[in-house]
Amino acid sequence: MSQFAINVLFVGASFALYIGIAIWAKAGSTKDFYVAGGGVHPITNGMAIGADWMSAASFISMAGLIAAGGYANSTFLMGWTGGYVLLATLLAPYLRKFGKFTVPEFIGDRFYSKNARLVAVICLIVASVTYVIGQMAGAGVAFSRFLEVDATMGLIIAAIVVFFYSVLGGMKGITYTQVAQYCVLITAYTIPAVFISLELTGNPLPPLGLFSEHDASGMPLLAKLNEVITELGFNEYTADVDNKLNMVLFTLSLMIGTAGLPHVIIRFFTVPKVADARWSAGWALVFIALLYLTAPAVASMARLNLMTTIYPDGPTAEPIQYDERPNWVREWEVTGLIQYEDRNDDGRIQLYNDTEAFAPTAEQRGWAGNELEVNRDILVLANPEIANLPGWVIGLIAAGGLAAALSTAAGLLLAISSAISHDLIKGSINPNISEKGELMAARISMSIAIIVATYLGANPPGFAAQVVALAFGIAAASLFPALMMGIFSKRVNNKGAIAGMLTGLAFTLVYIFVYKGWFFIPGTNNLEDLPENWVLGISPLSIGAVGAIINFAVAFSVSKATAAPPQEIQDLVESVRYPKGAGMAVDH
Amino acid sequence: MADEKSNAEAYWAANLRLIAGCLVVWALVSYGCAILLRPLLASIPVGGTDLGFWFAQQGSILTFIGIIFFYAWKMNRLDKKFGLGE
Repeated sequence: MSQFAINVLFVGASFALYIGIAIWAKAGSTKDFYVAGGGVHPITNGMAIGADWMSAASFISMAGLIAAGGYANSTFLMGWTGGYVLLATLLAPYLRKFGKFTVPEFIGDRFYSKNARLVAVICLIVASVTYVIGQMAGAGVAFSRFLEVDATMGLIIAAIVVFFYSVLGGMKGITYTQVAQYCVLITAYTIPAVFISLELTGNPLPPLGLFSEHDASGMPLLAKLNEVITELGFNEYTADVDNKLNMVLFTLSLMIGTAGLPHVIIRFFTVPKVADARWSAGWALVFIALLYLTAPAVASMARLNLMTTIYPDGPTAEPIQYDERPNWVREWEVTGLIQYEDRNDDGRIQLYNDTEAFAPTAEQRGWAGNELEVNRDILVLANPEIANLPGWVIGLIAAGGLAAALSTAAGLLLAISSAISHDLIKGSINPNISEKGELMAARISMSIAIIVATYLGANPPGFAAQVVALAFGIAAASLFPALMMGIFSKRVNNKGAIAGMLTGLAFTLVYIFVYKGWFFIPGTNNLEDLPENWVLGISPLSIGAVGAIINFAVAFSVSKATAAPPQEIQDLVESVRYPKGAGMAVDH
Repeated sequence: MADEKSNAEAYWAANLRLIAGCLVVWALVSYGCAILLRPLLASIPVGGTDLGFWFAQQGSILTFIGIIFFYAWKMNRLDKKFGLGE
């Protein structure tokens, strides 16, 4: 069977499975549509959260980021997992007890204000739309590489599949497809990793392999990697970071942002009890950790593999001839994600870090510049080919990458459509809408959201690349503090919450726009996005945490200067704090 | 009524103490061991590198899992103890 046929088989089988689930899990009520009926088991929900959370970025890009940055990019590992501690202790159980359908609904009720709800809806839509574009574009790339169709065509196929199970099944369909997608993506991610770990270290468990001995050299793997790459002018893989303040704030922004992202929070509304919301968070992190503990191993091993492929006799000997390059290099060259240019006309591939410090060595060796550009996103996708794994593993990776992209896209689309049908239509425009009417409105909003996301995925606007800055910045600076204060303070009132959200948001966005361009329009930035220009060395990607602190401070000061919330709101806060009576809110 | 109120207040205070403890550990492993205290831990070798690197790429994630399950278990006991569970 050809590789193409294998890929079609794996992706086709996984899609058939998702559609089968969609038909089985059709939503009959708004409760089914928004919270899957509220009866999802905490382990099932944990798995669904895992797929909901792990996006195309986690699956495809994260290992590449770590491979390139080494220790410095551990921020992504800690940031994207540490948020679950905040969710489990500060948000999820209480929001589950509240027992309603959306995140803006809590903010609107707790701060007794339609305006607060509207601010939350806008934050939710901007964050989620930014996020979903990346998923759709990721699905398009996976299609074009593995199924030999045009990226736009791939995108449309993916959109049709998502349309099928999310419009029909709502949260109910999404929950069970996410469980299936988790299984597909985790298998696809770990199998190649196990093989590579065995090959390099003899240890079948990649997280242990990372800290084991490198078989070929007898040195610890990380020490070997440090040695090889420093010979070629790169920084040590394990090198410490000078700007610790920025590293702390970046990690904190990712953690707070993770906890404040609505598409993750709403998954906790689907379990029957408050205690289940706590357990779900733990299970979710177990399932997420299976990938997040594998990723750093894949990162260092793939980087070492790449180096030894190019320099089979060691970094001080001559690299390979371009004509003798391995097959996977040839295949990825076709996509443009690997590029070669023979700068010194010796027919060999010189891959090194072209810096001033390394220039004397390069000159001495007759090198005229780095000749191989490897896009870091291909690391996971090309992994099976680099390690010479059989064709079915490549088919599995194709299905896994699509599962990661589609499961996250579906969760985001649900968050967007429920904000429109429940918060905007039922909450403001037409409060008397019938149950049937609302369900129809939810399905129509979902369909429109899919069409918009597909269009933007095919024609990504400038802000699409700013997921980390925009989605996490907004979630961290506006949504997380409002939710947390709504639960932990009885004193914060409507004016305080709105003022806090708006100042946190404005501060964060302005700081990002100053460096990244106003509304991300190229050329409109006031300062160049360089570390020497950052205030106190804080990168625009790390500013969400500062925005959150400002949000808290403003909300408390304004609340203190104005009247306390009415008694019924203080009673609401009380009731959210105690699990007793949660069953009443949703009849299960 | 007064009893019920003080019972609920005691439950909430116990929860807040528990959360504070969990978040101290959470911050200690990630911002502490993995980032700020890394130079201090540099002398402890782990598989070709140092303990701080291990915390940054594995230790903190494993600790986070432990914290959440501990919190969930402990809160279930508090729910029962104060009679405020479901």
